[in-house]
Amino acid sequence: MDSKITIRIDGELVKTDRGASIFEAAKANGKHIPGLCNMKGLKPVGACRLCMVEVAGVNRLLPSCTTPAQEGMSVTIRSARLDAYRKQALELLLSERNHVCAVCVSNGHCELQSLATALGVTNVRYGYRYPKLGVDLSHPRYVLDHNRCILCTRCVRVCAEVEGAHVWDIAGRGIHSMLTCEMNRTWGASRNCTSCGKCVQVCPTGALAEKGFAVEEMIKRTASVERLTAVRGGGR
Amino acid sequence: MSGQTKVKLATAWLDGCSGCHMSLLDVDELLVALVERVELVYGPLVDTPEYPEAVDVALVEGAVSSIGDQKLAQTIRSKTRILISLGDCAVTSNVPSMRNTIPVKKLLERLYIEGADAAPAIPTDGVPALLRHAVPLAEVVKVDIHIPGCPPAPGAIAHVLTSLLDGKKPELAGLVKFG
Ligand code: SF4
Ligand code: SF4
Ligand code: SF4
Repeated sequence: MDSKITIRIDGELVKTDRGASIFEAAKANGKHIPGLCNMKGLKPVGACRLCMVEVAGVNRLLPSCTTPAQEGMSVTIRSARLDAYRKQALELLLSERNHVCAVCVSNGHCELQSLATALGVTNVRYGYRYPKLGVDLSHPRYVLDHNRCILCTRCVRVCAEVEGAHVWDIAGRGIHSMLTCEMNRTWGASRNCTSCGKCVQVCPTGALAEKGFAVEEMIKRTASVERLTAVRGGGR
Repeated sequence: MSGQTKVKLATAWLDGCSGCHMSLLDVDELLVALVERVELVYGPLVDTPEYPEAVDVALVEGAVSSIGDQKLAQTIRSKTRILISLGDCAVTSNVPSMRNTIPVKKLLERLYIEGADAAPAIPTDGVPALLRHAVPLAEVVKVDIHIPGCPPAPGAIAHVLTSLLDGKKPELAGLVKFG
């Protein structure tokens, strides 16, 4: 069987590896689909809803990171409708917790913030929730600030799939979902954490950071974790 | 909006740090053009006690945090054609919103009673009462254009003002960022 298949992306015929997701197929052909939870080397979960695409013949939007590309598929990755939905999804992420970019360690280096700029989000049309959320300072080297977490689960997956420590999980449901460390321990009391820092480096926002960094100073080394997963052949 | 008569511009300073006004003054050579085409009718940069009628454009800095802010925002809206929220505090409620998880009474007690070196008392004379939350301008009145940024980039402010003066719709997508 041919290892390549042909699909249409925004009308253009492209070849891609059999078994690739639509997201990967687009990327391999130099076409960009926005996303916040997907990361090379980690299992895709379709959590952030920013990589939604239109597939001809399917009357709902599909997350491109978890949808396999199939021979003859025709996919739209850019349209006015998708732009509108992506803006909406991003605004909902911003309204859900407390994002005060001006005083955030990740200001200027944050994937959520830069995607807002890229999508042309100049304001949030939904009421901000202002939830009262904690900051876990108990780890000697790292900080978890729930105010900035978008529940993308990159940290959960990198810790479980790559480091093999499985420190993180998501507890609760819907709007009450929270990142949790080992059945609700503080991070400092974790029995499994090796202090490798992978979760910090892959976190797209200022939710996980190294201690000792001030506003704008936390620059993530996401690429080095991606290289590591490629070497180990982890994920896809 | 071109022609002989000058465009009436107002600015206002709600719960912000005045940094957005500093950014406005940082638009460099545009200030010269503004002097020729714009009449500044209200705001911290001029001495006008009452918000005037029939203002063309208003730039509002700061979150809506008190009853005073709320009233001024409503007055501005009712007398202004194009209302612009200027900077993150007006657009997202930003730093002023960091008090929003603390009840107002507790907040004031902590600051003015527990935190006071002398004469502990919550000030009431001549200060408007705080709202439960500091909120973005758009939660109180309809806003026509948002210029995020803390402070907003002078280039973004210049783009909006020149577009409006030339009768065009400003397009900020990709030009601005939060924070
Ligand atoms: S995490 Fe990103 S979007 Fe949230 S406050 Fe920090 S810089 Fe802004
Ligand atoms: S530092 Fe490493 S081991 Fe500890 S929680 Fe993060 S990814 Fe897991
Ligand atoms: S802490 Fe960061 S990586 Fe983990 S779920 Fe929240 S935003 Fe994602």
